[in-house]
Amino acid sequence: MAVYKRPTSIADAPSGYCPGCLHSLATKLVAQAIEELGQADNSLNIISVGCSGLNILYWSGDFLSTAHGRAPAAATGAKRANPERLVFTYQGDGDLAAIGLAEIMSAANRGENFTVIFANNQTYGMTGGQMAPTTLIGQKSTTSIYGRDPKTTGYPLRMCEIISTLEAPRFVARYALNSPKGIMDAKKGIKKAFEMQLAGKGFTFIELLTNCPTNWHMTPLQTLDYMNTNTIPYFKPGIYKDTEENA
Amino acid sequence: MGEKRFMKGNEAIAEAAVRGGCRFFAGYPITPQNEIPEYLSWRLPEVGGDFVQGESEVASINMVYGAAAMGTRAMTSSSSPGISLKAEGISYLAAAMLPALIVNVSRGGPGLGSIQPAQSDYLQATKALGHGGFHTLVFAPNTVQEAVDIVYESWEYAERDRNPVFVLIDGCLGNIMEEVDLPEMKEIKPEDLPEWCLSRRNGRDWQGNITPIYTEPILEGLNMMAGEMYKQWEEEDVRVEEFMLDDAEYVVIAYGMASRVAKEAVIKLREEGHKLGLIRPITLYPFPKNSIRNLDYSRVKGIIDIEMTIPAQMRDDIELQVMGRCPVYEYGRSGGCLLDDDGVYEAIKEVITGGAE
Repeated sequence: MAVYKRPTSIADAPSGYCPGCLHSLATKLVAQAIEELGQADNSLNIISVGCSGLNILYWSGDFLSTAHGRAPAAATGAKRANPERLVFTYQGDGDLAAIGLAEIMSAANRGENFTVIFANNQTYGMTGGQMAPTTLIGQKSTTSIYGRDPKTTGYPLRMCEIISTLEAPRFVARYALNSPKGIMDAKKGIKKAFEMQLAGKGFTFIELLTNCPTNWHMTPLQTLDYMNTNTIPYFKPGIYKDTEENA
Repeated sequence: MGEKRFMKGNEAIAEAAVRGGCRFFAGYPITPQNEIPEYLSWRLPEVGGDFVQGESEVASINMVYGAAAMGTRAMTSSSSPGISLKAEGISYLAAAMLPALIVNVSRGGPGLGSIQPAQSDYLQATKALGHGGFHTLVFAPNTVQEAVDIVYESWEYAERDRNPVFVLIDGCLGNIMEEVDLPEMKEIKPEDLPEWCLSRRNGRDWQGNITPIYTEPILEGLNMMAGEMYKQWEEEDVRVEEFMLDDAEYVVIAYGMASRVAKEAVIKLREEGHKLGLIRPITLYPFPKNSIRNLDYSRVKGIIDIEMTIPAQMRDDIELQVMGRCPVYEYGRSGGCLLDDDGVYEAIKEVITGGAE
């Protein structure tokens, strides 16, 4: 009989994420996938900077905390030095899609055998809600108070679409965590990515659409609706690349 | 048992690193250090190691960060502008207390500068390799053999201190060929991996975490520990060559390639009857303060700082030990222009015959 319990990789401590924040759900899904694969002792969380960095307080498995945007580079060194470990980065959108663009693109292009978990909440949550590379057109932030204007700030970066154009990545998928179906699919996707890594298949990339009630200035429930009407139409969930499908 | 070879400085450094246990290198092309990554790109796989040509210096130093966290002996090399890009990662290595070797085969600066040899990175190497007020041991060999010996033992220091080690040479030493006696290959077994590292090959079964971010009281405590370590270095790790100081009335101070040219001039002027000596810092940090502080200033009439950079950068460190007890002069070439025997000889002679300001 399956027992629902706290995964061993999550520390037995109250979460300090804001009420309604989907980061804690995303972290839990990763920890559950690790647990179900029997990898709790073998996993290595390469933690980035931003709200994702709060993992240093809540992750009870091995972790290496890294500089802003550099997690894929550190993961490259760690995984190559110790290939049998299950290595993954956990990065937000400012970290991965702005300051760390070179590192994510190059690690993906080299086909490094680790997994990237990319939590996309379209804002710099930790620093107080500045415009992110993924902030939607018209979405307000502390550095785009009238809403993001593409004339001066360009357009939100779709990382799954970009990464899936590369030859080396093996599995690239986006899931929205604002519905039970999205959550169930995300869990399956994370698990599949980890299994592919353990089989030595190469680079896997999971984008999780999340929210930020605090900096979107909404109630948690409002953020889930906003994701349906605004986020999901622009960042379409789905599997963008799966080399196992035709295998 | 050593092995004699005639080798280029950069390649000798690469081979010495492999023999010293290095099994991971990440770096980005930049002149005049390219022979280090080129050599390691084929040499590391031969010994079961890994080489990555990073997408940038920034990425490369962070790859080293990742490999070092696993207990693997890791290194990177670059030249001046590239070292500036690595500054972030070097600071993080120090914060996370990770051992690693960083080699700077320096060139003219600032900015993109020139690709020719210079010693314009002294202040960066000794005072601020990154933000946050940390130090590393900084070695400045002046022969290919000395570079080999220092690189070979650099991880012993890095792992002892859980702190990166920095080797500063200029493009000249990196590119000249000299005979070297290569040391034996060190064998690092899984059980030799440091206890704190994130590899589980060493049998560790407890949660391991390595972080460059701390709560305030812990960070203050770590700053204090680092301060104690730097004091310890001053007592135990200073390396210096002192040459003909016993009766010296003028003392030349120079390091790296500049010290080789300076020593020639000292010998020549000695032959002409001038009482000259030489102090050569081998560690730039910790700086050989006592060698300068304890000179007999009732006899020493002047100190001449000779560097391949203008203005001289070591001068402040020298003056802090001289404490106004005699004049300090400087002579240098810069921008990638090399010191030559005649120029250094004339500059010193001008000082000791009373012509220099």
